[in-house]
This record gives sequence, structure tokens and C-alpha cells, in this order.
Amino acid sequence: MTKKIIEAQVISNQKIAEGIFRITLDCAAAADATESFNAKPGQFINLYPRDKSMLLPRPISICFTERNRITLVYRVVGNGTRELSCHKEGDGLQISTPLGQGYHIEAMFEAINQDPSDHKTIALVAGGLGIPPMLELAKTIRTQIGEDRRIKLIAFLGFQEKAFLIEELSSFCHEVHVATEKGDFGFHGTVLELMEMQNIVVDYYFSCGPKPMLKALAAHCHRIEKPLQVSLEERMGCGYGACVGCTCKTKEEKDGLMRVTPKKVCKDGPVFFGEEVIWSE
Amino acid sequence: MSKQDLNLDVSKHRNLDLRVSIAGITLENPITTASGTFSAKESGAFYDIDELGAIITKGVSIAPWEGNPTPRIAETYGGMLNSVGLQNPGIDSFIKEELPYLRTFGPRIVVNVVGKSIGEYCSAVEKLNDTEVDMLEINISCPNIKEGGISFGADEKLAAELTREVRKYSKKPILMKLTPNVSDITEIARAVEAEGADGISLINTLLGMKIDIHNKRTVLWNKTGGLSGPAIKPVAVRMVYQVRRSVCIPIIGLGGIMTGEDAVEFLMAGADAVSIGTAALIDPTAPVRIKSELIGFMNRYGYQNLQQIRESML
Ligand SMILES: Cc1cc2nc3c(=O)[nH]c(=O)nc-3n(C[C@H](O)[C@H](O)[C@H](O)COP(=O)(O)OP(=O)(O)OC[C@H]3O[C@@H](n4cnc5c(N)ncnc54)[C@H](O)[C@@H]3O)c2cc1C
Ligand SMILES: Cc1cc2nc3c(=O)[nH]c(=O)nc-3n(C[C@H](O)[C@H](O)[C@H](O)COP(=O)(O)O)c2cc1C
Ligand code: FES
Repeated sequence: MTKKIIEAQVISNQKIAEGIFRITLDCAAAADATESFNAKPGQFINLYPRDKSMLLPRPISICFTERNRITLVYRVVGNGTRELSCHKEGDGLQISTPLGQGYHIEAMFEAINQDPSDHKTIALVAGGLGIPPMLELAKTIRTQIGEDRRIKLIAFLGFQEKAFLIEELSSFCHEVHVATEKGDFGFHGTVLELMEMQNIVVDYYFSCGPKPMLKALAAHCHRIEKPLQVSLEERMGCGYGACVGCTCKTKEEKDGLMRVTPKKVCKDGPVFFGEEVIWSE
Repeated sequence: MSKQDLNLDVSKHRNLDLRVSIAGITLENPITTASGTFSAKESGAFYDIDELGAIITKGVSIAPWEGNPTPRIAETYGGMLNSVGLQNPGIDSFIKEELPYLRTFGPRIVVNVVGKSIGEYCSAVEKLNDTEVDMLEINISCPNIKEGGISFGADEKLAAELTREVRKYSKKPILMKLTPNVSDITEIARAVEAEGADGISLINTLLGMKIDIHNKRTVLWNKTGGLSGPAIKPVAVRMVYQVRRSVCIPIIGLGGIMTGEDAVEFLMAGADAVSIGTAALIDPTAPVRIKSELIGFMNRYGYQNLQQIRESML
């Protein structure tokens, strides 16, 4: 079997900003699963609450991985995430092995290498709880860039008030630009306003965050004809592709015709190409 | 359940007979997947599909259905609401793209059929006549657009008429899947039996609603949705019990089965087989876990076959 539900062990669980927590889990129990914890950036896991009055799994993006350890960053918004915030070191936690399709990193490298002009810039654009998955993505891209000085990785991050994960992202990105909507830190405004002001030429975009932000960014990328990959969020039932609860409409070319194709966010996504998503809803 | 328990179960399994026959079709065991909660590819990533007695597919209609906009899922206390709206790619796509893959597995294949008019149901079942499908499950909870949207399953006459017509067009055994949103389930059960149904599945979801009081709107885009999960189990058990005492045809019982003991409850109430729905969304391996828990229960009490459980109620 390629996927499993495992009992992970809590290594640490700390508050990193008001209402925001970081939890690190030991997933050694998954090591004997065929897929182990070989997570791709942009994938998520299902967290199964202990309180069985909460039936459904909570999907949370993978923020960082290190051997058999994964780190998640989450905001307490309801009973499930509240329960999660109460877990202590050593507690067991039911989770799934990684789910969904992550960011298509090979596709990005292919796209930017196609055109021979020397210097390239990759941008990570994220808002709020869309920021955590950017860390694993930044790590993976930076590892692949290695010492190649022609490729630059920059992050544009938008927060409401308090910023988090900036230091961590700075260790993998060449530049990190921060905006807060309340003006507590960095640029006072939204991440898209910040991008506009910085006016940096970007060759490839990766994004995760609130839908209005993704939609506006997709329109921007369409205008300037730059590729974009987005990670979408949807209410989920199963989180693994069995219930068709998490549908999203996409455009797909089939037999030379553009067709509207429903896709499952949990299985076909959460990452999609900006051009493929039908945003008008 | 520890590995050791499981091994013990399997060794004892040899003198257990889990088989059940429905409309002349033998299932290796009584565990089936509830319609709309199973995907051979995705569920198959978690467990060996050959462990199942039968696969019941998600609802298929004559033409593709888009389903409802999202949000389609809401969690409730001990249950969930869904308003997927029977999204499916249509019968032709099902026969071409999905059925060949399903046929690579051992379990019996039961296709759940949906429609908006009697004609739509009949065209869909006709297309399945010359396929390698074992049985059909007719979801009669769908609204009938010709009769102002009343559910076929909520009206005795409509349910009878639909059964009669589907029976005429289908060469396969047909199970009628009843909706619990009725005042007397036994009336509907008797009506479909009289018109030639080979079996009955019950229950489908209960109509429900959830309001997000902070945002002052319903959580589901569709406003209402079908309630499933452990919260509905007592209603389902009661209905299986009543229907068992009203008709002679086989019954597939479902509604909130989370454990092997829940499955036993349905068998004692009179079900011949059971389906696992919401439980499999919460624990993807639920069908096989429930099967081994059922075996564990039979071993503990010395039951050798399902008939003995069904007849054990005092
Ligand atoms: C692919 C994906 C990745 C995610 N990654 C993160 C992350 O890295 N960090 C983080 O803080 N949050 C993330 N979320 C959102 C997170 O799933 C919800 O905040 C969480 O489920 C809320 O659970 P609760 O019990 O605390 O809230 P409640 O509101 O009590 O939950 C009730 C129900 O609604 C669902 N729900 C509530 N909010 C959301 C939401 N925004 N998206 C989807 N379902 C929701 C819950 O899963 C549950 O079924 C992600 C969501 C998705 C779909
Ligand atoms: C997401 C979802 C989709 C469903 N789709 C169908 C369907 O296509 N056809 C059908 O007859 N029943 C459908 N059902 C109903 C289930 O098959 C089952 O009758 C019901 O959920 C009660 O069982 P449970 O509590 O074990 O889930 C669906 C249920 C859920 C939760
Ligand atoms: S949440 Fe069930 S299919 Fe995506």
C-alpha cells in the first residue's frame, strides 16, 4: 500500500505568533510505508482529531521536512486546531502520509531554462497561512539551484499583523520582502501592492494564500505572460480523493478542444497551474 | 487491534463462513463500500480492494452531472453533511474509463444509478445490460424534475413506478436504495418489493443543514445537504429492523457503521450485508478494519456464519 495512517510522535509544539503554532512530528512509523515521508513541497497531510465528535480530518500543509520529521505551522481557528495546539511533547497523533500533488518544480526549471537569457528570478508569493508551505518549497528550489548565481529566489510575504517564518525563509531565499496589512512590520499594505512597488522582473511565480490574492495574482501573471503555480484550499471530506467534496473547475485541452474539467483539490491539487484554474466563482 | 489479534483472526477465519448471497450473486463477505465514498485508485492506495465483498460505485447518470458548487462538505457533531450533488462523468465515461479498472479486482461490482426522470434511469440501466456489472443499486433519493422535485423515494407510487420501469429495462439484479426522509419506510419497501426489486439498500443520508452563525449563512453553498456518519446510525438500525419485518428480499444495511460491532448491529437487525461510507472518509482503511473486527466478534461468540448472527436476536 502506498499510503498509510500513522501514529506520529510530537517532538515540540510551540506558539510562534499570536494564535499561530509550530508543531514538529516524528514520523518514523511511516518509514516502513512504501512512500515513507518523502514529502514534496506543496503536499499536505490529514490530521485526525482525537475528539471523535470531530469526524473529519484536518488538512495542513507540510511546512518543512527533515528525515522522518515534519513541521507544520497552523493557526488556531476552531476546535480541531485548538486540540492540536494542546498536544505536548511525546503525545501520539494520528496523521496520514503525504497527500496531493505538490509544486511542479521540474516544470519550473524546464520553463526557465528554455529561454537562454542569463539571469532568472523565481518568486514565492504567499499570504497568511499560505506561507508555511513556502519553506519546504524554498528549501527544495534552493538546493537545486545550488551555487548557480544566475538564478535568484525571492519571497514576497503578506501578513495581517504579526510576521512569522521570516528568518527561516531568509536562510533559503536571496531576498525576502514583507508586507503587513496593519503596518506592524515591513511594508504597510498587501503583498500584491508590495510586489508592484518593488517592481522586480520575475520569470516564474509560486503562490499560496487566500483565494482573492491568488485570483489577482493569476490575472497579473496572465497579463505579463509569466507562468504561475498556485495552491488552492477547499473544504474537504476525506482529503484523499474518495468523496468528491473538494472539487474545483479547471480548463483542460482534450482532442484539441478546451474543456471544463472538474478536478479534486485534495488529489489532483492542491497545486494547479494558474492558467488552468477557472477563477470566476 | 494489534497484529497478533489480526493473525489470530485470520487463522480462525478458515472455519468461518462470511459468504452471503444476494439475488443469486455470492459475495465473499458482507462488507461493501457505500456509494459515493470509494475510489478504486485512491482507496486502493490504503488497502487491498480484494478484501471487500462488493464495490458499490458512486452514482452514475445517463449524462455527466456537474454537481453543486463548493463548499460541499460540513462537519456536524458526530456526523457530516455533503452536497456533492451526485457529480459524475456520465454512464458512457464510466463504462469506458472506470469499469475496466474495477473489473481487475475480485469483488462483485454494484453500480449505483441516479436520474432526474424515470426515462433517465431506464436509459442508464439499459447501457449497463451488456457490461460485466454484477448488480445495480438504484438511488431513488434523487428529486424527480417532472414532479416538481419530489424525491422518487419519498412517494410510494413514484417508487413503485420507478422500480417497475427499471425492472423492465434491466437484465441485472436491482437493489432499490431507499431514502430515510419518509414517514413510513416499510410502505416504500413493500412497494418496491411488489414491483420486482431484488433487494433493498438503506439508508441514504438524512436531509440536514448547518448555519455558520458568525458569517450568518449556511455552511454549504447548496444550503442543505445529506447527513451521514455515526449520528444517523440509530435511525438506520431502526429502519433496517422495520424493513426486515416487512419484506422478504435481501437488505444491505448502512448508515454510520464505524466498527465491526456496528456492522453486527445491522446484521442482527436483519441486514444481509453492510456498506461502509463516512467511516471510510475518516479512516481510509475502515472497510478492512471493520471486516477483521467482525471476524473478531464472530470468534469471540462462536458464530460460524452470518445467518447465525441474523437469527440471534431475541
Ligand atoms: C490543502 C490545505 C492545506 C492547509 N494548510 C494549512 C496550514 O498549513 N496551516 C493552517 O493553519 N491551516 C491550513 N489549512 C486550513 C486548515 O485545514 C483549517 O484551518 C482547519 O481544518 C480548521 O480546523 P478547525 O477544527 O480548527 O476549525 P473548524 O472551523 O471548527 O473546522 C470545521 C470544519 O471545517 C474545515 N475547515 C475549516 N477551515 C478550513 C479551511 N480554511 N480550509 C479547509 N477546511 C477548513 C475543517 O477541516 C473541519 O472539517 C489548510 C487547508 C487545506 C485545504
Ligand atoms: C460524500 C458522499 C457521497 C455520496 N454519494 C452517494 C451516491 O452517489 N449515491 C448514493 O446512493 N448514495 C450516496 N451517498 C450516501 C451513502 O452511500 C450512504 O447511504 C450514507 O452516507 C449513509 O451511510 P454512512 O453513514 O456510512 O456514510 C453519499 C454519501 C456521502 C457522504
Ligand atoms: S476531500 Fe474527498 S475527494 Fe477531496
